Amino acid sequence: MLAAANVHFPLLTAIVIVPAVTAVMVALVPRAREDVIRMVGLAGTAATAAMAIVMLWQFDKANADFQFATQHPWIPSLGISWHLGVDGISLWLVVLTAVLFPITLLGPAVHKDLKAYTAWMLLLEAGCIGTFLALDLFVFFVFFEVVLLPMYFLIAGWGYANRTYAALKFFIFTVAGSAFLLVALLTLAFMRPTNGHPSFDFAVLLQQLQQHPLPAATERLLFSGFMIAFAVKVPLFPVHTWLPDAHTEAPTGGSVILAGVLLKLGTYGILRFAVQLFPQAAKDLAPIWLTFAVIGMTYGAVVATMQKDLKRVVAYSSVAHLGFIVLGTFALTRQGLSGGVLQMVNHGISTPALFLLVGWIYERRHTRQISELCGLQKVAPVFAAVFTVVMFSSIGLPGLNGFVGEFLILLGTFATHRWWAVVGTTGVIFAALYLMWAYQRVFHGVPTAANATFKEMTWRERGVMAPLLILIVVIGVYPKPFLDRIEPSVQRMIDHSCQVAKATCPPATSHTVAVGP
Amino acid sequence: MSGGAALLALQPTIRVDVEYHLLWPVLVMLAGPLVVLVVSAMTGRRAPGWLWPALTVVTAAGAVAASVHDWLWTYRAPSPSRLLIVGGELAVDRFACWFFFIACGVVAVGALTFHGYVRRERLDGPEIYVLAMLSASGAMTMAMANDLIVLFLGLEILSIALYVMAGYHRRRTESGEAAMKYFILGAFSSALFLYGVALTYGATGSTHILEVRNYLVQSREHNGLVLAGMGLLLVGLGFKVAAVPFHAWTPDVYEGSPTPVTGYMAALAKAAGFAGLLRVFAYMYVTPEIVHAWRPAVWTLAVLTLVVGAFVAVVQTDLKRMLAYSSINHAGYVLVGMTAIHWANGGLRRTNGVSSALYYLLTYAFIILGSFAVVAVVSGRGDGRTTIESVRGLSTRRPLLALSFTVFLAAQAGVPFTTGFLAKFSVVSAAVGAHEASTYILAVLAMLVTAVSAFFYLRVIVVMYADPADTPTAAGDRRDTSSGADGVGAGQAGEATDGRMAAGGGVAVATATRSDATTLEVPVGATIAIAVCLLITVGGGLWPGPLIDAARRALLAF
Repeated sequence: MLAAANVHFPLLTAIVIVPAVTAVMVALVPRAREDVIRMVGLAGTAATAAMAIVMLWQFDKANADFQFATQHPWIPSLGISWHLGVDGISLWLVVLTAVLFPITLLGPAVHKDLKAYTAWMLLLEAGCIGTFLALDLFVFFVFFEVVLLPMYFLIAGWGYANRTYAALKFFIFTVAGSAFLLVALLTLAFMRPTNGHPSFDFAVLLQQLQQHPLPAATERLLFSGFMIAFAVKVPLFPVHTWLPDAHTEAPTGGSVILAGVLLKLGTYGILRFAVQLFPQAAKDLAPIWLTFAVIGMTYGAVVATMQKDLKRVVAYSSVAHLGFIVLGTFALTRQGLSGGVLQMVNHGISTPALFLLVGWIYERRHTRQISELCGLQKVAPVFAAVFTVVMFSSIGLPGLNGFVGEFLILLGTFATHRWWAVVGTTGVIFAALYLMWAYQRVFHGVPTAANATFKEMTWRERGVMAPLLILIVVIGVYPKPFLDRIEPSVQRMIDHSCQVAKATCPPATSHTVAVGP
Repeated sequence: MSGGAALLALQPTIRVDVEYHLLWPVLVMLAGPLVVLVVSAMTGRRAPGWLWPALTVVTAAGAVAASVHDWLWTYRAPSPSRLLIVGGELAVDRFACWFFFIACGVVAVGALTFHGYVRRERLDGPEIYVLAMLSASGAMTMAMANDLIVLFLGLEILSIALYVMAGYHRRRTESGEAAMKYFILGAFSSALFLYGVALTYGATGSTHILEVRNYLVQSREHNGLVLAGMGLLLVGLGFKVAAVPFHAWTPDVYEGSPTPVTGYMAALAKAAGFAGLLRVFAYMYVTPEIVHAWRPAVWTLAVLTLVVGAFVAVVQTDLKRMLAYSSINHAGYVLVGMTAIHWANGGLRRTNGVSSALYYLLTYAFIILGSFAVVAVVSGRGDGRTTIESVRGLSTRRPLLALSFTVFLAAQAGVPFTTGFLAKFSVVSAAVGAHEASTYILAVLAMLVTAVSAFFYLRVIVVMYADPADTPTAAGDRRDTSSGADGVGAGQAGEATDGRMAAGGGVAVATATRSDATTLEVPVGATIAIAVCLLITVGGGLWPGPLIDAARRALLAF
């Protein structure tokens, strides 16, 4: 099995580099040749997706450690190396990213300057995948930051009326958050220099922290530094205000990637770096972050209910759903963490699908105001049916993917932090309220004259939605292959935390309930 | 006290040899202007215009070769004291060599940007190249000065040439105004610097940097006279690097000077000023007491410079003024690196601080040269169009130029895979490496300021990529969040009114665009200069090891 992991072809580096190289190739194509640009862009993302599938195929699910690892010195004097690797936690996120990008390039129509749009999208893909694969804190930070620029340009260049403001808000919020991340990770790197050099390597730092645990106060400070940056990115309740603006003003493709991948960078960072490097602080400060998560879930849901703009409904639903993921993460149990990872993937399927559908509604009607839309079910039944399935996935209906993740999260949280789980459960109810109420107003009733000519879903659109719908159903009905690959790595992470900080050991095995079919 | 003994042990034996072979970099840089003057006197107006920049580039290349020799020689020197030459008045260590490289690079790239500019503005002649090489020799003298008087000489050689260059565009009143302001405030700061030298001499009995240092190490004095001298030296050099609150001259001088000269000045004067600052503060004022005295002052300067530079840049509407405040902001980052110099475990820890500052200065020099090279092209005949609006739609007119400017601005904003990111990273990591509450605070502040600075860099980029027909009001400054059917209706109405309001501006922009399309030519020299700057900025960002390692080796002797 390991032979597969030791392939000589640097698969992970290729997955990061191919989109970036494709972006340069797109930049070299003359602007007028839109057909060539579209083809090159699709080929690049498709090649990346193919490599991600190969990675998934060769992934050894019994091995909880990092696989396909590759390491090359980059800035030796600072102890920085190009260190990539994939484990059960990042595996599905990488695959999700690689699959979402071709869909995004195919899905929504681009009204101007396809060349720049495609190039930025490809750079964004390289940045996102790099963030998920990085095992060196410097490399992680570099990718975490580099993602901002393409997204900024996608919003500012192809967005709606208030795009400049929204793009800037997005950029400044995130960069300000990263300030704390950088200082915290530098502190960590310079804490115990080996051979006179600081080390940014994740494995080295984990080992150092295991052998010489930090003083509690220092650990909490560093943990908070990491968490501020990730909380902005997620975004968690008090710093979430950039997200609705960014989503509303972003072009459909931007929203799809923002919701599907970019927000996961925050939750992934929490899971991989903040919680794993500082397990004791994570345990001690969990109530604070659980509280923010629960506030985000209920607040996001309430605000989503009151929105007049369909896209803003989906945007606020993201705030609520990401709160769910953070809830599961800070439960610090196997179910909670596994559910959190799976829910990242689920949210990365259903929310992009919702944004695509809202984008197509806008393309047809040039409005997203709920009050302007009605009776679409009569004129576009297939469109309505697809919307229904995606909506139920987002609500968390049993049998669809959302349910599995949310159930695991609530189960895991209930074991350790009962009352947060109780309040969190209301989030599920609210999700039904805001999405179904919006659906009712948009799709039910008798269509007005403007809505009577609403075009049925085209074959291209059906083709774009098909993979997402299949995933929604497959994960909902048979999540085992997904959880089988996630759980060993989660268990390994819990074991590690348990060794470092005794307090983070799961309470008792009797609480852990066997889950999944 | 143990640290003092360690410093004493390093006391050098000063030799009176001149060691000409180490002086070649600055000798070549001084020979260049003489050659250019002689050739121009002999050929008169017959000499082709490209001859002067070509001679400048050749001179710079020669000086680089000589600097490489010096750099390599520092490894072979039998003892560190052999690096002190001309009777101990100059110190040719790798620190000095680093600034030789910066000065040569800046002169070569600067000369390339001058060429197209002086032709366009009909200012042809060899003088600007002569002045540039002279100022570079001044900067090189500052970098290797081992005596406060020599430092002052270098400062004056640099500054006087720069004053003249600031006023080089004789027909523009702004240029004359800039020269005047720069001269008066520069002379004022030189006087303060000299007074600091005098007080230091009064307190220690010497102006020789190593002797002052040895006196301080032995006596452990940090009385009022020593501190007053130190404060005045800090103020005098603070003027040159445009640290807040000594920055007042910067925006006007940057705005009024001929645009390529502004870039040249921003790169060279800042590097030379910091060469002097580091020589004095990381090399002379090194006893624990004195370090404890100057660090809070530099810390305060760093905070003020970072914050004021960034926040005032936000409200600028002129590109050159915006870049002026951004250059103030950059000086703040270098000061952050300087603040990382500290005493710990009985020794002066300065490697991280000094090397991060050195790395910052070199990478910044090429980023800012590239930025101003682009602005010089965009400003058009008469050097007048430098508002942010003048780059509107540049991406459709000159896509490659717009892309280059995007890279330079993104690098200044600290976007990864550019040297600008690594520069900020290295100064912040130096500050964090000092492990003190004050430096942690400074590190966080520096990173937060990056978020503010992103605002004004990105704004320019967005304008470049905006539709040329868009006026600022129509480009989406309306803050209505409802973009539905009502939004469309309201939007159309709004655009109608906006259109009326901005009609004058819109027409003006449209005409400007049309005329620019014909007159906006990118001279060959500027193209090469921008390409070189891009190569260093992006290449150094993708393959950072060599440059960072070199900066870590470019240490002060002793």
